[in-house]
Amino acid sequence: MPTSQPVVLLDEALLDDDVASEPRRRPGRKLWSAVRQNRKATVGALLLLFFVVLAVFPSQIAPYSPTANSFAPSLAPSGAHWLGTTAQGQDIYSQLIWGARLSLIIAFAAGGLATVIAVIVGVSAAYLGGFTDGILSLVTDVLLVIPVFPLIIVIAAYLRSAGTTDMIIVLGALGWSYGARQLRVQVLSLRNRDFLEAARVRGERSLYIIMAEIMPTLTSLIVATFLGSAVYAVLTAAGLQFVGLGDPNAQSWGTMLYWAQNSEALGAGQPLWAIMPGVCVALLGAAFALLNYAFDEISNPALRPARTLGKRAVAKAAGQAEMSGNGTGPRRRQPATAGAAAGSAAGAAHAEGGHVPA
Amino acid sequence: MRFVLRRLGFFVVTMWAAVSFNFFIPRLMPGNPVLAMEAQHPHLGPQAIHALTILLGGGGHQSLLGQYFQYWGHVLTFNFGISITTSFGTSVNSMVMHALPWTLGLVGVTTVLAFILGTFIGLVSAWRRGSLLDSALPPIFVITSSFPYFWIALLAIYFFSIRLGWLPSSGAYNFLNDTPGATWHYVGDVLQHALLPAVTILITSIGGWILTMRNNVITVLSEDYVRMARAKGLSPWKVMWGYAGKNAILPNLTGFAMSLGFVVSGAILVEYVFNYPGVGYMLLNAVNGLDYPLMQALFLLITVAVLLSVLAADIVTAILDPRTRELG
Repeated sequence: MPTSQPVVLLDEALLDDDVASEPRRRPGRKLWSAVRQNRKATVGALLLLFFVVLAVFPSQIAPYSPTANSFAPSLAPSGAHWLGTTAQGQDIYSQLIWGARLSLIIAFAAGGLATVIAVIVGVSAAYLGGFTDGILSLVTDVLLVIPVFPLIIVIAAYLRSAGTTDMIIVLGALGWSYGARQLRVQVLSLRNRDFLEAARVRGERSLYIIMAEIMPTLTSLIVATFLGSAVYAVLTAAGLQFVGLGDPNAQSWGTMLYWAQNSEALGAGQPLWAIMPGVCVALLGAAFALLNYAFDEISNPALRPARTLGKRAVAKAAGQAEMSGNGTGPRRRQPATAGAAAGSAAGAAHAEGGHVPA
Repeated sequence: MRFVLRRLGFFVVTMWAAVSFNFFIPRLMPGNPVLAMEAQHPHLGPQAIHALTILLGGGGHQSLLGQYFQYWGHVLTFNFGISITTSFGTSVNSMVMHALPWTLGLVGVTTVLAFILGTFIGLVSAWRRGSLLDSALPPIFVITSSFPYFWIALLAIYFFSIRLGWLPSSGAYNFLNDTPGATWHYVGDVLQHALLPAVTILITSIGGWILTMRNNVITVLSEDYVRMARAKGLSPWKVMWGYAGKNAILPNLTGFAMSLGFVVSGAILVEYVFNYPGVGYMLLNAVNGLDYPLMQALFLLITVAVLLSVLAADIVTAILDPRTRELG
């Protein structure tokens, strides 16, 4: 049955890394060459680089100060004001450039915080096992199913107005559960692998085993967790600022949208004021999502143990790589049969369901 | 049965956590919310103040544990007091009950639609691996799923309401020249107002279904029983639906309940943009007006709704898929 064989599109990077070349290359080099070879990763990385440049050098790039309100209000786009001016007489283009900084800070800080918590909770739950695992997993699961966005709204309401630091802490402290669950499953599947057994027999301390033996194998999953959390932080922060729960004087895209909405920019003939900050949020989110997608696609087969290199096995592995790679967020890293992946039905759902708020 | 009990237990624990969040958050925050509300609304009587103190803390005469139990008593009897701001004196419960049908209608219908459509498109695109549909859709949906819901809503309003003038941009029905009732005119009006918000939610949430279903089907297609079905000479149609689709849909079904939390979150912002009088819009209004009792009740309502659907999906999956019962 020649036609019924599933057609699997093999990525060039995949073929290079898994079939042709030696299996143990350093992960850093591998990721770097993968970024260059994967078009999605290249686009994502370039987009991110673009926003980083805006965030680092806004005063060199933007023609005006974002807070200067000395211009005529509600000007249409022109040579002097590429995107026009706001109802308060500020230059929209300059505000847009200055807005990149806060959005990136929130993305990296909140995403980073969430990733650190996810690693600590996920790895220690899986490695320590027993009662600790039970408690940590329960906390993770509870946080996964509680609707976090309304919860953040409630917290922001009591804070009156959430400054940048508040927002980073709240987003980080509530956004780690998804990554923690995935890391736990991954470490569980490693636990009885020979190289860890060997380390234990050598008499290494737990801390050494976790840091030197387990963590390196988790690199790509940690990167994926970070990228997923960053998308989440960007979108949620923009949503909070948009509804007026952020600092109304902050220079950010969400705050621009808030003022645009308050001034009814869409109806008042200033659509760019409301549309452009949204484009930036969407592009930044897309940059992280594309990188995530690409990292998944590339790194997944490398995580798997020794494998027969028959044609079918390669095709199947590639299929699984694609499977776990084509999601919007980090996805299940293990073959469905792995006993370690056995969780509750809700657990399986967490691995499958997209993690796309706001 | 053991599995169902376990899930029920998890449901109870999560509810307990949500109620406790509601109890402790205002007490951990800097400042005293009751004093803030008193300052804003000098007309509050002592009885209202007492009820607020139970909800939000700040009353010094009682131990924290005592307050906690009293709070639980109020929650379990659905005693959320009266609304403070938007319409002073109305009971929070009756306000919530007015908002609930709008959200259930809008979010419920669009989520089911997105699930059915997305699952179908995902199945077909995995079945036709490498076709135009399959190579174009996944990257597109990776990108659209990172779009903010509220921004899509703004775009929809700009193009379809302001530029083209086809559809209304605000509210659930036209309350100037229409009265609620079982008339065709009213039903048509409601549908017309719901169309843009519904399409917005559909566009942003359908991508997840397509991607997960496609990925599930691809995995299932490499299973031996699919090969066997083909070898037996069954029609492609039967293999696609009966063998691949049936098995691939199971993880998606659990994802269905999970996603509800995210859709509800997105819907809050969509309702806000469209001034749609549902639960999310009311929540944001309550937040802006410092109407803490209303806010607490709405958060608990949203949580219960999401948790109930997670529970329902878990049980349905356990009935359909014996493997989850073993593993649970």
